Amino acid sequence: MIKLLKLILITYPLFCANASFSDSVKLAVTTSFNNSGLSDVLLPKIESDIGLNIKLLVVGTGQAMRLGAAGDVDAIIVHSPITEEHFVANGYGSHRREIMYNDYVIIGPRWDPANIRSSESVQQAFKSINRNSATFISRGDDSGTHKMEVKLWDLSNFNPEDFGDWYKSVGSGMGASLNISASIGAYILSDRASWLNFKNKSDLEILFSDDKLLLNQYSFIPINPIRHDHVESKLAEELENWLTSDTAKSLINGYEIGGQALFKFNAKQE
Amino acid sequence: MYDIWEGIIQAFQLVYTLNPDLIEISIRSLKVTLSALAVSSIIALPLAAILAVRRFKFRRIIIALLNALMGLPPVVVGLLVYILLSRSGPFGILDLLYTTTAMVIAQTIIITPLITSIAHQSLRELWSEYHDLLISMNTSHLQRIKTLLWDARRALLTASLAGFGRGIGEVGAIMIVGGNIDHATRVLTTAVALETSKGDFALALALGFVLILIAVALNLGTHWLSKTESEGRW
Amino acid sequence: MFPLIAENLVVEVKGKRIVGPIGLELSKGDIAVILGPNGSGKTTLLKSLHGITKTKHGAITWSCSKSESMAKQMFVFQSPVMLRRSVFENLTYPLMLRKTPKAEINRLAAEWISKISLKEVMHVSATRLSGGEKQKLALARALITKPEMLFLDEPTASLDGKTTIAIEKLLKNCAENGTTIMMSTHDIGQAKRLAKNILFLNKGKLESTQPAKTFFLEPISHNARRFIAGDIVE
Repeated sequence: MIKLLKLILITYPLFCANASFSDSVKLAVTTSFNNSGLSDVLLPKIESDIGLNIKLLVVGTGQAMRLGAAGDVDAIIVHSPITEEHFVANGYGSHRREIMYNDYVIIGPRWDPANIRSSESVQQAFKSINRNSATFISRGDDSGTHKMEVKLWDLSNFNPEDFGDWYKSVGSGMGASLNISASIGAYILSDRASWLNFKNKSDLEILFSDDKLLLNQYSFIPINPIRHDHVESKLAEELENWLTSDTAKSLINGYEIGGQALFKFNAKQE
Repeated sequence: MYDIWEGIIQAFQLVYTLNPDLIEISIRSLKVTLSALAVSSIIALPLAAILAVRRFKFRRIIIALLNALMGLPPVVVGLLVYILLSRSGPFGILDLLYTTTAMVIAQTIIITPLITSIAHQSLRELWSEYHDLLISMNTSHLQRIKTLLWDARRALLTASLAGFGRGIGEVGAIMIVGGNIDHATRVLTTAVALETSKGDFALALALGFVLILIAVALNLGTHWLSKTESEGRW
Repeated sequence: MFPLIAENLVVEVKGKRIVGPIGLELSKGDIAVILGPNGSGKTTLLKSLHGITKTKHGAITWSCSKSESMAKQMFVFQSPVMLRRSVFENLTYPLMLRKTPKAEINRLAAEWISKISLKEVMHVSATRLSGGEKQKLALARALITKPEMLFLDEPTASLDGKTTIAIEKLLKNCAENGTTIMMSTHDIGQAKRLAKNILFLNKGKLESTQPAKTFFLEPISHNARRFIAGDIVE
């Protein structure tokens, strides 16, 4: 009796591993894309519209690119244009297709020790944080958000390596990093969508936003079948077509949290 | 403190309403860990018996290695299994990555040293008790191992439950090789990690409480079935 | 398999010589009693003749091969070793090892269990028996396979009179049925009651081998004389 039970238990997962009936695509996306909640809206519609089951892996940008390069996924959605261009140039991705953008915001404690509420540009805000040695949390994980943050410091000729203790590099995803900021009341750069969907806001608020430098572009990159011939390039193409369709456009533009639209669809439609 | 209370309430609500997502990931958690437990036991228990009963050259080294492997961080195991199962890796052709099978493999690697070590300890003690008698009775090595395994079955059950505990609470390795894919490889622990990273502490705690509940129920059930505490059967 | 011949037997434990050099011969049908004070090496001698203690020097030869001889010998330890199983399962363990058919096992079990009067506790865990009951069970377990050779190490050392009588009766019976017996004791009365031949052991050396009657009337060894007289021999 026990032996039979054990036999069933061992073999059952093996059978279930590939038990989906619709076509599947493995898609690696960044934490900021998923934490916005947009994927919960898009995925079911994709399944019902084109019968495609998306196996969604939510990882950091760096890991998504690593998985893509290894051929462990069929496509990726990330938000780091320069790294993406390298990725395609190196032959890992077939091409990059811009889908939508949202913006980054600077989050900080209500009492705003560096007074960035009154800043007129993002560079001014960053300078002010530096001048006041106000506690700042950096993603520190080479993600799209992290790269954007480093770029912004660079624009004002700052090098984060030279910063003092007030600058904390936590090497974590968006949610985990926001948790840390919430508990110690620190500044942090976040994408708006992740912030709005974040459930532990505590004493934090959006203190600065709406600078065009804070634009956050998401792109879809199918993995190059020439490198990895096993990838589902046909299905990835179907997915790409859907993501750049009018249906996707209205879903993406219409997605709101607390009455606020988060993303703007900007794919070039053929 | 509010979060903990909220978490307890949510836990009850999820269970009481038989929340379908909760049931799905709970069953998957049990499936993965129980499968890993089955495979591990098949490897660990006879191995522990052989180590207790037979004297051979590398015996001490193997025992030391097993004890050391217990301290192996699960996330390292996850990374190693990922590299092996990756499409760019040696076993990529099996297409096992991001399946529950990969999770079972990773968990088996993690819990086998633990079960072996604990089982070996009990079997060693029993062997020193039975040693003279079984040798005198001209038993073969296989007969000795069978006798030890059967007579030590309660202690071996404890070893297995320890392995189960380690497996059901594991998150690092299965996150990497399973990918925490919704409706495919998401289990209780990876869901807790996800909800924590989204800042939804109450839900994360609720899932955690359900996990503890399941583990306790399984342990109690096992002991009740094997009548461990019934009269005079210590 | 007889005679059993030991030549120049020497046994050391942790570098210290316990027994030897000893030479002896055991013929079929004998009831040989090794008599001697505590610490004289009786247990070590018996275990090495049986083959479960390694010898340092010397040869122990049966007239058949060692593996054949192991299958036909049984050993009853001074402190009975019970498997953590029921009385029934302990009793029939040697039959189970030999893959005896179930009907035959049940028949023999019924026969022996009444011989040792343990019918009421047949399905109780053997570890819960009293010392005397355990020793009776150990003896029955040894005899259930009708061994040609039976070794016993002080089998009634800590038992009451009633149990001792029962055990000695069983021993006389099995000797009549063809089993050769070699046992140790420090109880002079028991040696008188059971022995055909007496081997007097002192400080690891065999000081005399005499037929029982002669031994008690005219012991060759000076120490034996003193031992019989009730002196402490050291």
